[in-house]
Amino acid sequence: MSHPTPDPSTADWPLYEVFIRSRSGLEHKHVGSLHAADARMAIEHARDVYTRRQEGVSIWVVRSADIVASDPGEAEALFEPARDKVYRHPTFYAIPDEVKNL
Amino acid sequence: MYTQALDVHGREPVPAPAADATAAAARFEARIDADEKIEPKDWMPDAYRQTLIRQISQHAHSEIVGMLPEGNWITRAPSLRRKAVLMAKVQDEGGHGMYLYSAAETLGISRAEMFEQLLSGTAKYSSIFNYPTLTWADVGAIGWLVDGAAIMNQIPICRCSYGPYARAMVRICKEESFHQRQGFEIMLTLAQGSEAQRAMAQDALNRWWWPSIMMFGPSDADSKHTAQSMRWKIKRFTNDELRQKFIDITVPQAQFLGLTIPDPALRWDEATQHFVIGPIDWNEFHAVLKGNGPCNRERLEARREAYGAGAWVREAAAAHAAKQAAREQAAHARRQA
Amino acid sequence: MSAASATPARRDRAQNDALFRYVLRLADTSLVLGQRLGEWIGHAPALEEDLGLANLALDLIGQARLLLSYAAEIEGKGRDEDALAFLRDAPEFLNLTLAEQPNGDFAHTVVRQWLIDAWQIEVYEGLAGSSDTRLAAIAAKALKETRYHYRFSSGWLVRLGDGTAESRARAQQAVDSLWRFTAELFTADEIDERMAAAGIAPQLAAAAERFGRRVAEDLSQATLVRPAQQPYPWHGKRGVHTEHLGHLLGEMQHLQRTYPGVRW
Repeated sequence: MSHPTPDPSTADWPLYEVFIRSRSGLEHKHVGSLHAADARMAIEHARDVYTRRQEGVSIWVVRSADIVASDPGEAEALFEPARDKVYRHPTFYAIPDEVKNL
Repeated sequence: MYTQALDVHGREPVPAPAADATAAAARFEARIDADEKIEPKDWMPDAYRQTLIRQISQHAHSEIVGMLPEGNWITRAPSLRRKAVLMAKVQDEGGHGMYLYSAAETLGISRAEMFEQLLSGTAKYSSIFNYPTLTWADVGAIGWLVDGAAIMNQIPICRCSYGPYARAMVRICKEESFHQRQGFEIMLTLAQGSEAQRAMAQDALNRWWWPSIMMFGPSDADSKHTAQSMRWKIKRFTNDELRQKFIDITVPQAQFLGLTIPDPALRWDEATQHFVIGPIDWNEFHAVLKGNGPCNRERLEARREAYGAGAWVREAAAAHAAKQAAREQAAHARRQA
Repeated sequence: MSAASATPARRDRAQNDALFRYVLRLADTSLVLGQRLGEWIGHAPALEEDLGLANLALDLIGQARLLLSYAAEIEGKGRDEDALAFLRDAPEFLNLTLAEQPNGDFAHTVVRQWLIDAWQIEVYEGLAGSSDTRLAAIAAKALKETRYHYRFSSGWLVRLGDGTAESRARAQQAVDSLWRFTAELFTADEIDERMAAAGIAPQLAAAAERFGRRVAEDLSQATLVRPAQQPYPWHGKRGVHTEHLGHLLGEMQHLQRTYPGVRW
């Protein structure tokens, strides 16, 4: 039985972004995306696609539409000002070697 | 190399010359030159976006069509261990397709659109998968030669300028190394086996050698668009460079197996320290690329069948999800009331 | 320590043979079902399902390998997992009849999977406390896999049953056509009784009740109708199969039969 080429307007299942925690104590990292009809399926797909080599102890899936991202066009205003605030880093401060525990 | 068609079909959008670039374009080129990664939502020239969509989706299509020639032998694998390993390999290939479709989707094209392009025959995929797998030895030859060639191409792409593509490639390369080893192990077992097994291995090598060589695409002289792709660090080595590397690595492996490469003109060149091969039959390459290879029809028909037959399943899942969402909303409303 | 869990040398012949056949029943069910799922790879309704079904198949083949290797040891005639898988003919296979049924459409595959998953949960849970320590270990590992398989198959049963009109019709059709094979699942015969008496295998009656409740709940959630119980005495676990098994084995065993005695 042959099937006609499907209509491209046929909606995909919604897109989900996948985050995996690889070991207890580490944070979840973004590993990619996948399509699923519902959240339960998304977890299963994430498990089947992204944890085959023992890469995970915890999975988060978030609908891509729910991710709020910073606008790259605003990158300068958002991130540049932190650059010249080197006094936030410990190496900025000169402490004599003889002083311990600082 | 899964992108060989890109170089052959002259349908590439003409890139805007650097002189006409706006400030954004100049900044973009500077980022590329500084080896910075471009991420989704960053400004990029339309030609860069389109080139990437085509290259990444072509690569993704190749992975999922590639599941078919090897999938053909899962039910007939000659031992349980081989069966399990082959299932895992084909499953990996499906996974690779998924990572790549994901990466392409960050550029503004949907999975449904890409599938439509594949199934309607407008999108290309690596022509190597249009060859049939006629014996068990073909499974070994594919792992050894085809995955070997793929690895050669994929490692440089791990440093490609587009972040999601580069990251997908890193993941793919980590998984790919077992693929080649399982293929070589099959060939080794056959080559060291009975007369019939040895003959099976030699026959597979005879049929898969030249198609594997042609996987690297047309020679550099016939490749019009390598230059732009290389400027944008989408492509990092030329077709001929990669092809030569593959030949130099693979010929000694064949010698180790005690099998004969089907090329009477093959010789070692002392001066250049490279293996030199005989002439490549580009007519066959173009025919297969055009859709007239031994299995082009069957591969696409199989994918069309599966996608078409699966439509009611996908719809059911979506319908159920919608019902669940409606029920949850109603329950929530009742609790508020 | 009961006689059945003793080493082969100290088990009596009848008990040894019963254990061998019991383990083969488990092994062959996993093998045949894994083989069926392998047919789907590359042809599933969505790429994600290709990976999901491949995952099921891999787990089942893995179970089959562990169980077949153990069976071969129990038999003590020098056969190994491959000799048992590739060189026995259909009447010697002891899988559930349900496992060898063809894939059909996705609904058929889901229903077959769901029924066997629900059965395996009972069996492996019971075996996890077996007096046979080897079986207990295999079952403990397999149980984790089976819980995931059941999550997958019951999830899909509900999506298809409570999805569209078409998917419900297909799902109901699959349930109606496969239901007669459930008669075998908890019908104890003399091998089951021997194993239960030796503390090796669980009592089937209690397991049957739990299975019945689980299955009824799933069908209800899937808005599907449970068919009337039908007797079906031709049990695969006694080596009495449908015509499907012969074809499945013909394909699976072809290379080993054509090139006997070589390494692969």
